Amino acid sequence: MSELENKTEHGSVDGATEGAAEDPKNDTGLGLGVIFFIVAFLICFLSGWLLFPKLLYSKHEQPFNFDHALHVQETGDCESCHFLRDDGTFSGIPKMASCLDCHTDEPMGETRDEAIFASEYVAKEREVPWYVYAKQPDCVFFSHAAHIEAAGMDCVTCHGHIGESTTSRPYEENRLTGYSRDIWGKNIWGIKKNSWDRMKMDDCAVCHKEETGHQGYCFQCHK
Amino acid sequence: MKVDRRSFLGLGLGAVAGIAISPVGAKLTDDSSIWTQNWPWTPVPPDGKISYDHSVCSLCPGTCGITVRKIDGRPVKIEGRDTYPVNNGGACLHGIAGLQYLYDPCRVTTPLKKINDRFEPISWKEAIALAAGHLGRIRKNDQAHTLACITDTDQGSVAGLFSHFMTAFGSPNHFVMPTLESWLALTAQTLHGKGYTLGFDLENADFILSFGAGILEGWGSPVACFKANSSRKQRKAKLYQIEHRLSTTAAAADRWIPVTPGTEADLAMAMCGVLLTENLFDSEFAAGFKGGFNRFNAMVQQKYPVEKVAAATGISAADIKKIAIAFARAKMPVAIPGKGRGDGAQSLKEFAAVHTLNCLTGNVNKKGGTFIKPVHDYLAFPDPVLDTAAKDGFGKAKLGASVQEMVTNINQSADPLVTALFVYNANPCYTLNDPSQTRAAFEKIPFVVSFSSFMDETAMASDLILPVSTFLERLEDVPSRAGLANSVVGLTRPVLDPVFDTRSAGDTVIQLAKTLGGDMARSFAWNNYRACLEDVAAGVWEDLSGNGYALLAEGPPTDSVETSFAFLSDNPQTIYPQGDYALTLVPIDNMRLPGTVPAASPFAIKTVSDRVLKGKDVCVEINPDTANGLTDGGFATLTTPTGSARVRVNFNEGIMPGVIGMVKGLGHTFDNKYVAGKGVNIHELISPVIEPGSGLDAACGTTAAISKA
Repeated sequence: MSELENKTEHGSVDGATEGAAEDPKNDTGLGLGVIFFIVAFLICFLSGWLLFPKLLYSKHEQPFNFDHALHVQETGDCESCHFLRDDGTFSGIPKMASCLDCHTDEPMGETRDEAIFASEYVAKEREVPWYVYAKQPDCVFFSHAAHIEAAGMDCVTCHGHIGESTTSRPYEENRLTGYSRDIWGKNIWGIKKNSWDRMKMDDCAVCHKEETGHQGYCFQCHK
Repeated sequence: MKVDRRSFLGLGLGAVAGIAISPVGAKLTDDSSIWTQNWPWTPVPPDGKISYDHSVCSLCPGTCGITVRKIDGRPVKIEGRDTYPVNNGGACLHGIAGLQYLYDPCRVTTPLKKINDRFEPISWKEAIALAAGHLGRIRKNDQAHTLACITDTDQGSVAGLFSHFMTAFGSPNHFVMPTLESWLALTAQTLHGKGYTLGFDLENADFILSFGAGILEGWGSPVACFKANSSRKQRKAKLYQIEHRLSTTAAAADRWIPVTPGTEADLAMAMCGVLLTENLFDSEFAAGFKGGFNRFNAMVQQKYPVEKVAAATGISAADIKKIAIAFARAKMPVAIPGKGRGDGAQSLKEFAAVHTLNCLTGNVNKKGGTFIKPVHDYLAFPDPVLDTAAKDGFGKAKLGASVQEMVTNINQSADPLVTALFVYNANPCYTLNDPSQTRAAFEKIPFVVSFSSFMDETAMASDLILPVSTFLERLEDVPSRAGLANSVVGLTRPVLDPVFDTRSAGDTVIQLAKTLGGDMARSFAWNNYRACLEDVAAGVWEDLSGNGYALLAEGPPTDSVETSFAFLSDNPQTIYPQGDYALTLVPIDNMRLPGTVPAASPFAIKTVSDRVLKGKDVCVEINPDTANGLTDGGFATLTTPTGSARVRVNFNEGIMPGVIGMVKGLGHTFDNKYVAGKGVNIHELISPVIEPGSGLDAACGTTAAISKA
C-alpha cells in the first residue's frame, strides 16, 4: 500500500498517535503543563509584588537626619520654616539663609547630624541638598497659597504627620520617571488609606470634586 | 513525564497570569506615560524666590527700560518695564532674548592676547600692563596723536571716559561709528548749529512722511516706534512710506510710494521746492531762517524742478506735488529721514533735505512735530590734566571726519598714521562698507585693543581683547539717543555678577590710566567706574539710582533756534549707486537681524523667515519682471563692482523692478554655530563713497548684476 493510500484510509499515522496521547487516562503532558503554570505564576506573582517595587525605586539617604518634631517644638509651627513669601509663592524647603536665623556654624546640639550640618554646610556656606519627598514635576503648577490661605487646608492633609517625625526616612526615587515615591504612594497598587498617602492628579481631582463640585480643568495645573 | 509544548504553554500562561494580578502592568503603564511627558534629559530650572530688577537694555540705541525676573538671584526672563518713558512696558525680540548673550558661545571669557595669530588667555594684571606698556612707549616717543579710538557712540559716561582718556593722552582721533543718532546730530549741527540733535514726536504727529525709515524694522527706538505706529490708526494719523520695496513699514502705511534707490534726497529737495512755490511754508518759523534761504529757494527751483525729479525718482510729478501739499497742509506733519534703521551709510544731504521739509512746515518744537533738542549735558567730566605730550598731541589734525575716512587714510599712507587703536562696542571690520579695507587698515596698526564682550570680526582682528561685561552684568548710564521726542537717561544695572572674568569698560579705562601714571593717573582720580559715574552724573544720580532713570527733557523744547540753509544752498552732490551694472543692490534692514553689535542671538536668528535665510543661504529679493532666466528659490551669482556672492533668489513683486534687496546682519565669520556662517555680509559687496560735506560714507547701495549660478 502506498503512503498516500495509507493516509487516505487511516488518516495520518501521527494523528493516530496524537489521539492516543490525548486520552485523559494517559495525560502526563497536561499534568506537567499545570505544574509549569503554577511555578511560573508564583514566580511572576511574587516578583511583581515583592521584587518589582525594589527594582523600580532607588533609595537615597538624606544628607543628614532631620528632626522635624524637635524643630516644631522649638519654633512652634510649620510656617516658621515653610512659609508663603510676600508675593504668594511658597518657600518650600528652607534655604540656608532661613536656617541661619537660628543656627550658626557652631552646633546647637550634640548629635552627629547637627555636627554635619554645622561643619559641612554652614561653615562651607553650602545649601543642604535635601531630597524633597513631595516634589511635584515641572509640568505641574501648584499654589500653596490657594490651598492654605483660600481653602484653609492644613499641612497634614497632603503631607501627613511629617512634622512629628524625629528621623528622616530614605527618599525613594522612581528609576523610570524620576518622581518621588510619595507621589504614587507607598502602596504599590496605589491604594490609600489616608489623604496624604498619595499625591497623584487623581487625588487632586477627587478632593476638588468634593470641595468645589468640579474636578478642575487641565490648564489650572498644567499651564 | 514529558516536557512538550503544553508545558511551555503552561509556563507562559502562568507568567502572564502572575504578572496580570501583580501591580507591574498598571504601574509600568502609568510610569511610562509620565516618562514620555517629562523627558529626564530635559533641563528643569530650579525653583526659588522670585525677584525683579529694573534696568535698561543697551543692546541697541533704543534704550528700553527692562524688568529682569530672577529666581533665587538667577535671571530667568526679561520683560519691558512698565511706565518707563521710552517703551512703557514693551520689549522687542532681542531684548527678551537678552539672557542668551550671557552664555553666548562667542563670549570672550577672559583677557586674551594674540600670539602668532592665536589668542592666549592672560590675567587682567598682565593685560593692563601690556596695554599700558604699549601706550607708555607711544607717549614717550611723542606719538600720542597716533592713538585712535572707535566707540559706538559719544553719549554716556563710558564713551565720555574714552573721550577723556584720549584728551588726557593727547590724541584728537576719537571716532564714533555712524548711527542714526550721529546722523541726526550732524543734521542738526549743519542746519541749526553745534550742540543740537533731532527728535520726532511720532506719538502725536498726524502725518508721518517717512523717507525709507523702517519704523517697524528697528529705526530709532524700536519699541517706541512700534507703539507710535500702533496708536496711529486710533489717532487717524497717516503714514506715507517712500521706499524702493514693500517693507513691513510700507505694508503698514496708508500709502507706499516706491522710489528709485538713491534719489530720496532729490525727492525731498523737489518737495521743498513745491512748498516754496505753493507758498505753503510757515512764514513765522521762516523768520528764524538765516544763511542762504533765498539762495536755497532759487537753487531748489532751478536744480530740482518736479518734472526732472519725477523722471529720476520714478514718482510722477503730480504725485510729488500732491504728497508735498498733503504733508504741508497736515496739522502736525513730521518728515523722518534715515533709510532702514538709519545707521551705517546714509547721506547728510538726504537728512538735511528731509529735515528742511520739517522746518518749512513750521511744525518744529511743537507737539506732534520735530524737536530740535539740545544734546544731553547731564555729565560733568572734570577737565583732564594735560601734560606737554597731551597738549602737543591733541593739537594735531584729526585723521578724518569718520571711521571710514580714517581707514582710507591709513590704507593710503605709507607712514604709520595710527600706532594703537581702541575699539569699544563696535564692529567696524563687519559693519563698514567693504570691510576688507578696514581689516587691511587694522593689519597696518601695530596694536589694536578690543573692548568687546564677544569674539566678533573686529575682536578677531585685534591684538589684545579686554573683555567687557554684558549689559546684564555692568553698571552704565544709557542716554536715549535715537530720535526720541523725550530726553531720558536710564541706568543699566548689574542684575547678576559677571558670569566670566569680564569687567566694565569704564573700570578698565580707569585702571589703564592709573597704570600709565603721571598726569594720566591724575586725570582719572576715581577709584572705580561706579565712583566716576556718581561723580560725573551727580546732578541726576539721585533719580538714576532711585528710579532707574532721569527725565532730562519732556515735551517740545522751548529754545528758539535758527536755521541755516548754507549747506543745502551749495547743492551738495547726491551720491547715487556706483558702478556700471544695470541693476541696483540695496541693503534691507530686518527687525530680526541686528546689523551692528552684538550680532543676533540664537533665538532671534531662528525667527528669520526662510524667504530671507534658507538654511545657510541668503535669499535676495528681486522683482519677477527683472529676473531674466532666474528661478524662484534657485541659486544665482550676484556681482557688484566690489565682489560677488552665491545667493538664492526670492521673487518678490513688492520690490521695484531693477532693484535687488539683500538683508543686513548675515555672513558673520566668527565661531558661533547658531549665528555665523549663514548667508553673506552685504557690506562685502558695497564700496564706501565718502560724501562731500559730511566726510561720511554715503554708499547705501551699489549697481549689480545677477545671473543663474
